[in-house]
Amino acid sequence: MNTQTIRQAFYKSIPVLAGYVVIGMGFGILMRNAGYGAAWAAAMSIFMYAGSMQYVGVGLLTGGASVLTTAITTFMVNARHLFYSISMINTYKDAGKYKPFMIFTLTDETYSLLCDGKVPAGVEPERYRFFVSFFNYCYWIAGSILGNLLGAVLPFSTAGIEFSMTALFVAAFTEQWLETKNHVPALTGLWCTLLSLAVFGRENFLIPAMLLITLALSLLRRDGEETL
Amino acid sequence: MKASLLIAVMAIVTILLRFLPFLLFRKHTPQYILYLGKVLPQAIIGMLVVFCLKDISPSGHLSGIPELTAVACVAGAQAWKRNSLLSILAGTILYMALVQTVFC
Repeated sequence: MNTQTIRQAFYKSIPVLAGYVVIGMGFGILMRNAGYGAAWAAAMSIFMYAGSMQYVGVGLLTGGASVLTTAITTFMVNARHLFYSISMINTYKDAGKYKPFMIFTLTDETYSLLCDGKVPAGVEPERYRFFVSFFNYCYWIAGSILGNLLGAVLPFSTAGIEFSMTALFVAAFTEQWLETKNHVPALTGLWCTLLSLAVFGRENFLIPAMLLITLALSLLRRDGEETL
Repeated sequence: MKASLLIAVMAIVTILLRFLPFLLFRKHTPQYILYLGKVLPQAIIGMLVVFCLKDISPSGHLSGIPELTAVACVAGAQAWKRNSLLSILAGTILYMALVQTVFC
């Protein structure tokens, strides 16, 4: 076992550590307030592992939603994972025994850490990606249990720490921008999402934005352009 | 009992969404899908940036000044040092300082 691989994976996952523990705790507190203890919060984090959907899920549980409503809502909120998986087919193709776990734990944040396909020098690529995924998974579960047990009694102000998620995406966006000559995909993502936000409003714009992005990128594709 | 059932449904749908593309394109991945795999990451990161900033509005309480300042800080630090962890820490600390002191 190459300890350098684990160390580098941990280093890569630190930005998510802060964000996941805090947002996970938020979810844990929400579950407690809805009357569900730590085992319930942990079960949702372990088996779903989908941040925004778990927040929505608390509402479904307390509201007594039907199975059908629950299934449709989950599909709508999590449809973006189809896109994450499509874009990781190539990167994960040699993951072997780690692959099922890595697919299961492909969240927004894990995706943003691994989507460029790069790994640091001197690490085993498949094991590195596995450990980044694994660390993030642990942070999320730990956060949700901790939040559920501790509740809202924290001795210091963490107001604003949720910005670490935004910062994570902005840093990834900037890095990809600096690395690529062709900025059409990045700009397509920004403009399609802004357009969708303006048309559909902040509650419902994510799915239309994804469809619009896919459509625009398909139309912009030139023959034989598999490598940019 | 009902709660376990609903959690199971949410978990199964989420797992299906994550696994479906890998199962569908296991043997042969069409060129079009490979192309999407190449260009989607950049576009989706752009989408997630907008998603994180969706709640700021010019007419709002703070007009998004702390958010936009911190975003500029992250992008600037990243362009300067090319170290993601450093950029994220700098931006988050700046944001926390702004919302806890200047803009509280």
